[in-house]
Amino acid sequence: MRGDRLLFSGLDLTLDAGGAALVTGPNGAGKTSLLRLIAGLLRPEAGRVEMDGRLAFGAIEPALDRELPLERALLYWARIDGGGAAEVATGLAAMGLAPLAEVPIRMLSTGQLKRAGLARVIGSGAEIWLLDEPANGLDTEARGRLESAIADHRASGGIVIAATHQPLALPDAVEMTIGAAG
Amino acid sequence: MSALFAIARRDLRRSFTGSGWLLPLIFFLLVATLFPFAIGPDPTVLGRVGGGALWTAALLAALMPIDRLIAPDRDAGVLDQYAVRGISEEVVAVAKIGAHWIGFGPPLMLAALPASAMLNMDMDGLLKLEAGLALGSLGLAALAVTVSALVAGLQSGGALAGLLMLPLAVPVLIFGAGALDDLQRGAFALLGAAALLLVAVAPFATGAAIRAMRD
Repeated sequence: MRGDRLLFSGLDLTLDAGGAALVTGPNGAGKTSLLRLIAGLLRPEAGRVEMDGRLAFGAIEPALDRELPLERALLYWARIDGGGAAEVATGLAAMGLAPLAEVPIRMLSTGQLKRAGLARVIGSGAEIWLLDEPANGLDTEARGRLESAIADHRASGGIVIAATHQPLALPDAVEMTIGAAG
Repeated sequence: MSALFAIARRDLRRSFTGSGWLLPLIFFLLVATLFPFAIGPDPTVLGRVGGGALWTAALLAALMPIDRLIAPDRDAGVLDQYAVRGISEEVVAVAKIGAHWIGFGPPLMLAALPASAMLNMDMDGLLKLEAGLALGSLGLAALAVTVSALVAGLQSGGALAGLLMLPLAVPVLIFGAGALDDLQRGAFALLGAAALLLVAVAPFATGAAIRAMRD
């Protein structure tokens, strides 16, 4: 529900280790709302969400302090997640951001900021990744890095749920289309 | 527990690296400077009304940081990231209140030194003012965080924040200014009670406000 409007109903999705789901639908259909609902940020009007494992939420908002260098901004979240510099380095390397480690967040471009948000998810060590429009603003190379990071994560038993309206290679992903009928 | 300190440390760093902590302080000093111009230079009159004037200034200074306490973290998705990590909104609120008080209370107490001199307050009055500010600023910091969370999602939040915060801060003002008067013996204890009540309620009110703005 958003306001008084019913966004979606009758959704049923079960993912096992290594599984992935791709949520598609037009703008405003409720893809972000669905992810926020899975993340526990919104309460469902009816139904429930169950999960086993830790969650990492790659939201639209980067949630990185603008005045800090990239590495330190990521380190803040890594520490809260119980990690440290090693986890940050993993994330940075996976998204090809290592050369930008000392650059302040406010100097990053849209695509670089998106990659920084993904680097946090990759370094979080969480089993379940929720990715909201992960391919937004990414160039071909960065998208390739994202796809291989997702593949690695799934190969090691992780789960990925991505909402996007851009092409993203997710082999054998469960496809969910919401709001198509309007 | 470690998340609590991490959040508080981040908020502290942000308030001291930005100019955020300086603005309320300058505002407080400005009011203390303007007051003698308005009242006139008579030292006895200034000494008598000075304490009350500084308490009013402290209250208004507490309004200044409201727009940067919660709203930026909400817009940047920081509050959502805390929630996803299972950090309760109340813990976030406690961390923010603690950090905000450290960035607000002690600087204010420091600024009260020159301010009290400008208003010709004696040593006894200054000591009472400092003790009162130490307690009162804790209550004001807690209230500021709560009001900040309540107005974070609103269009003209800044204007509403004043209307919301000042009435709730009146007990702190009354007992804070009252504690400067030798005849009002219970005022200091009541100031403590008023401040602690604000501190006790604030984390829950702030937590509920943060949750409410997600829907």
